[in-house]
Amino acid sequence: MEAISGNRGTEVRSDCFIRIVPDDEPGIRIRLKSKVKSLYGQSIHQLVQEELNFFGIRDATVEIEDSGALPYVIAARVEAAVRQITGTGQEFLLPELPQNRYSTVRDKLRRSRLYIPGNNPKLIINAGLYHSDAIILDLEDSVSPEKKPEARILVRNALRNNDMMGIELMVRINQLPLGLQDLEMVARQPLNLILIPKCESAETVLTVRAKIEECRDTGEGPVWLMPIIESAQGLRNAYEIAEATPAVAALAIGLEDYLADIGAERTHGAEESFYARSVVVNAARAAGIQPIDSVFSDFGDNEQLLRVAANSKKMGFDGMGCIHPGQINVIHEAFNPTFPEIEKAKTIVMAYGKAAAEGLGVVAVGSKMIDLPVMKRAQTTIEKAVTTGLIPKEWREIQHE
Amino acid sequence: MNNLKINAAGRPVPPEVNGEPVVPYMGVGKYKPVASKCSPVIPSCADFPADGNKCVASLKEALVKAGLRDGMTISTHHHLRDGDLVANNVFDIAHELGIKGLRWFPSASFPCHDHLIPYLEDGTIAGIEGSMNGPLGKFTSAGKMERTAVLRSHGGRVQAIQDGEVKIDIAVMAAPCADPFGNANGLGGPSATGVLSYADIDVRYADKVIVVTDNLVPFPCLPMQIEGNFVDAVVLVGKIGFPEKIMGGTTQVTRSPDRLIIAELTARFCEATGIVHDGCIIQAGAGGISLAIATFLHQTAQKNGWKIQAGFGGTTRYMVDMLKDGTMKYILDAQVFDMEAIRSLNENPGHTAFTLNNIYNYHSKGNFATMIDMVSLGATEIDVHFNGNVVTHSDGILLHGIGGWQNCLFAKNTIIAVPLFRDRIPVIVDEVTTLCGPGELIDVVVTERGIAINPLRTDLIAKAADTGLPLKSILELKEMAEAICGKPEKPRFTDKVVGVVKWVDGTVLDVIRQVEGIW
Repeated sequence: MEAISGNRGTEVRSDCFIRIVPDDEPGIRIRLKSKVKSLYGQSIHQLVQEELNFFGIRDATVEIEDSGALPYVIAARVEAAVRQITGTGQEFLLPELPQNRYSTVRDKLRRSRLYIPGNNPKLIINAGLYHSDAIILDLEDSVSPEKKPEARILVRNALRNNDMMGIELMVRINQLPLGLQDLEMVARQPLNLILIPKCESAETVLTVRAKIEECRDTGEGPVWLMPIIESAQGLRNAYEIAEATPAVAALAIGLEDYLADIGAERTHGAEESFYARSVVVNAARAAGIQPIDSVFSDFGDNEQLLRVAANSKKMGFDGMGCIHPGQINVIHEAFNPTFPEIEKAKTIVMAYGKAAAEGLGVVAVGSKMIDLPVMKRAQTTIEKAVTTGLIPKEWREIQHE
Repeated sequence: MNNLKINAAGRPVPPEVNGEPVVPYMGVGKYKPVASKCSPVIPSCADFPADGNKCVASLKEALVKAGLRDGMTISTHHHLRDGDLVANNVFDIAHELGIKGLRWFPSASFPCHDHLIPYLEDGTIAGIEGSMNGPLGKFTSAGKMERTAVLRSHGGRVQAIQDGEVKIDIAVMAAPCADPFGNANGLGGPSATGVLSYADIDVRYADKVIVVTDNLVPFPCLPMQIEGNFVDAVVLVGKIGFPEKIMGGTTQVTRSPDRLIIAELTARFCEATGIVHDGCIIQAGAGGISLAIATFLHQTAQKNGWKIQAGFGGTTRYMVDMLKDGTMKYILDAQVFDMEAIRSLNENPGHTAFTLNNIYNYHSKGNFATMIDMVSLGATEIDVHFNGNVVTHSDGILLHGIGGWQNCLFAKNTIIAVPLFRDRIPVIVDEVTTLCGPGELIDVVVTERGIAINPLRTDLIAKAADTGLPLKSILELKEMAEAICGKPEKPRFTDKVVGVVKWVDGTVLDVIRQVEGIW
């Protein structure tokens, strides 16, 4: 019997590969191969000893090939191997970073969400550096089936111990029922939102919601839900999914799977997805939540990304997914209000305010009539401009000066 | 080695190295020797053929004719970089002739020079003074080199030759293009290097000079980057280097998103504080982050309509692009990193070769380095006093040369652009393992998680305030690194000094000790 976890190889960095072979020889024998051995050799030994002790493993040979893994990564790899041996459900948790515990509001700015493969420590370490509106640690498509159990543990530890720099923390769980196991491990951790992939019914949303409530204390902050529509059936039920519970904060579309499901081909002009995207926007707006677009899969072509994102904004979406940090700024640029839009909105809000003060419900700016819906849209634009730092909060005072 | 003395940087250093007395570091600008420069022997034209043909049939014959014998100092330059065949060939011949105890004095070494390790083991080579990269560095750190290694900057090497600290017996100078008289340049041929700037000082001061080329042209070889009347012999060989490795290495802008953040922050800092401005002079080295900084600065200059007066390189196509579109007026070039730079040298009057003496030699009448507005450099470690290390890693093992790093510290604004940690190894530390540059010369440290300004630079601190840049103290950066990586243990050293680091004026700044338990 032996158990292995983690990754090794010339391309692998910040990870470790662990093999545990329980035997009859008394004691733990650790064989450590590491590029940081002279700097962290003792602390790695100590951590592994302590963890094996915690799990009650007394006699075993442990082989470690380390490429500079941080302690929470090593701990996750050891736990994944131990679980294979003992079947334990115990969790070895390092002290949680207090700065990772924060809550977000339901209608928070969600222009960009950066996908990070859940079993790749190298990409997780700096996930918070790129100023995306959210980070998604992904347990679904970017993790191969045999790596799911170890990825789950790594993601749990990352949520607790990798400084995420105040960015909204999301996890994409697997499709149910596998996703319920993911939730058992992550639901209690610092976390703001769960993405539900290939969601086809309100029932799925409610099952996820119930599982989170079962695992998480109310004092640990809200966990919002973002179901992803990725099938014809899902699209049919889009509105019910969107309004299944007030915990749903946004509705996303996953185009690759959706198009495969309906038998369409992805083209440059994106006519094949126009209907589905419109339905998602409409369902989300009807339920009073944010519609969120799919990802753009060529991270080498930011010019095309800018066109796609601009079009997405025009259709009514509030944001998109990012598969590479280099896409974030482009997406922000596309979804941010433009300066002409902001100037126009300012004029409308000022004029409307003045008219309201004079007891008028309708006012004209130039030759255009301004009524409540126009005013609301202008207000949204201004709010976005303030949140994104394009204009100061006190813009009115500055306007008057 | 006993009786070490504490130098002005607080580091214990020996009073002599390889049997020669040395001066401990006294502080920046404090050591001013009263002496004359070294004088090479006087040659006579009567000893050279009137027809100007100095060709010799083989490198072996040329070395024998030059009087190669035990204990000599042999110099080579590193323009062929990791594609160099010439230095290796010299020591193959020395080994074959049974010569022992040579001192190799390269301007830099590369992984291809692993080839020389057996000669270090069998005594053909007794020691290296220059840079020790990769396996040569590890060999040195293991305490296996007979002589104490001496590490010098590019400028320090010029100073050491000029001041007579190192007397070169035979300079073997690879030349991509040469004529039979010995005039040579790096511009053409199958192994083009663009310039031969590092060879300049060697040919002026060495007793014997051998030019080795794989591209012999009729007289005159123009331009004469090496002048033929410094040359004793010319050897035509089949191949001096592997072209793909001469121009290989770190000549691409980094694609790593975290390295790009460092580069972007550096460029934003330079713009916000006015370090980079219309008419400024900048340096741009190779290496992923430096190249990315150059491309960001290119955009900054274009956006503001600025003209950069001159760029000093290490030249790559990224700098050439600035010259082409008029963002930069001149490129002063001491080393070429890609084919585009060679093309530009051949075509652009504003792009010119430049010797190290003029920019880097501290024992001269002023250095061009002090006129540069902005240099960005890397480092293996920076400590909380802004001291820098570029030669050893935190595990104590010698892995890199100093290059022009020490010399560039004299620029008006020196920025160290580094990640906060590399694969769990903190770059910002309590104390550098090896001191290569005093903190008073390092102005700014830019990492992906924050920028620290040296408290001595109150002007930059004032200018950077309210710019929205993520400013931190160097101590905060160090603590962030330790919070993420954990506090590192100390590597274990023996008492044996295996190398010394010279400062730009020839004084001894620090020592490198044998690392326990390697090999």
